[in-house]
Amino acid sequence: MKLGDVLSIIEGKRISKDVDLDMEIQMGCGADLMSDVLSFTHEGTLLLSGLTNPQVVRTAEIAGITAIVFVRGKMPPEETIALAEERGIPLMASKYTMFETCGRLYQAGLPSCGLFELSLSRWRQTFESNTK
Amino acid sequence: MGEDKGKEVTKLQELTYELKIDDAMTKEVVTVTPQMTMAEFREVLRTHRISGTPVLEDGQLVGVVSLEDLINALADGQLDATIGEKMAQDVKTLYGDEPLVHAVGQFARLRYGRFPVIDREGQLVGILTQGDIVRALLRELEIDYHAEEIHRYRASHIFQDIVSDEAALVFGYYVVGKDFNAAGAASSSLKTTLYRLGISPPVIRRVVVATYEAEMNLVIYTAGGEIVAEVRPDRVRIEAIDNGPGIPDIEQAMEPGFSTAPEWVREMGFGAGMGLINIKSCADVMRLNSTVDVGTHLEIIIYTNTAGKHGAI
Repeated sequence: MKLGDVLSIIEGKRISKDVDLDMEIQMGCGADLMSDVLSFTHEGTLLLSGLTNPQVVRTAEIAGITAIVFVRGKMPPEETIALAEERGIPLMASKYTMFETCGRLYQAGLPSCGLFELSLSRWRQTFESNTK
Repeated sequence: MGEDKGKEVTKLQELTYELKIDDAMTKEVVTVTPQMTMAEFREVLRTHRISGTPVLEDGQLVGVVSLEDLINALADGQLDATIGEKMAQDVKTLYGDEPLVHAVGQFARLRYGRFPVIDREGQLVGILTQGDIVRALLRELEIDYHAEEIHRYRASHIFQDIVSDEAALVFGYYVVGKDFNAAGAASSSLKTTLYRLGISPPVIRRVVVATYEAEMNLVIYTAGGEIVAEVRPDRVRIEAIDNGPGIPDIEQAMEPGFSTAPEWVREMGFGAGMGLINIKSCADVMRLNSTVDVGTHLEIIIYTNTAGKHGAI
């Protein structure tokens, strides 16, 4: 899915000056916990977040996130925008809640981030270990 | 290489100041004379696959004629009219020794498809289209790109060039406590460095995720500390060292979800008690030693020559 498609599906706006609308993303991840972003995402992911501090951009950079959408109509502070421009990570905004923004993209065919081995093993340990 | 994108925008602007119009223009110019007919002009365009030319009379530039003029002549059924009658006479020219940025400005202002380029004696030396500008910029960027590639190529062969029984590169980064704006800068720098050294991206990812979590711990819980990365051909070893306050119960700190982070840290999306777990899942070896009021020493080893235990990440 291209960033241009993302913008029209969520009826969003660009925040960064140079958003390349042809940039491709392969999957999406909605998260406000930065550790979750670090453990579950990889290259080619679109991050949806309600947090707008510069650490979201830093975390995205470390995790190799392609682009970020801020949900609930939030405008990130200047430092966040500056860091994102420096690191080449496009920022966009959605007026919808996290739930609806994710839902719109998922319905349009954007898959969830694939790296859930860790969460699956956690699930098995917690919920399936005593059923054996 | 998304992180370099922001730099390229300024790099492009910089290049338009550095490059001269001479550097970008097409030097072999097809020209026509005012006496030729529009029908002949059509053949010129067709043969050379161009969309416009300067018009010269006795070597002097007297006009510019374009595909648009030809279309108008076709529409009016005037293919036998001369170029002299149909050309644009008020010719805007550029000087070859002017910076390219001036041409960019002229294209934006006048919306012409091409400008004849003259020297200071008024002689035609070339022609410039927007396509020429794009090609010149791409050519320059490619030269720069190759320079960076060579840079990385050399860096990645450093271990083969060093003659010794054992070699290691050591990088140190200082982390300031409580400074959330600078937090992550050390991990970000390490990421660039490892990339240049030619370490494989999946390994880099594990190293920098673990380093970033460790760096955030230094920022959140300590007055600051040091991150030392030691790179050997077969592994990367990261140490995060601080002088306190120390972890009273390491076993408890290693439990998923256990956190002593204050509310303001949680509001920033950190302090959910998953940092050490994340580090452990990225590392092949993890050692954590801490003494209350003395400090904490975290050591992580990630092997580069095998897929490691988390090759999938």
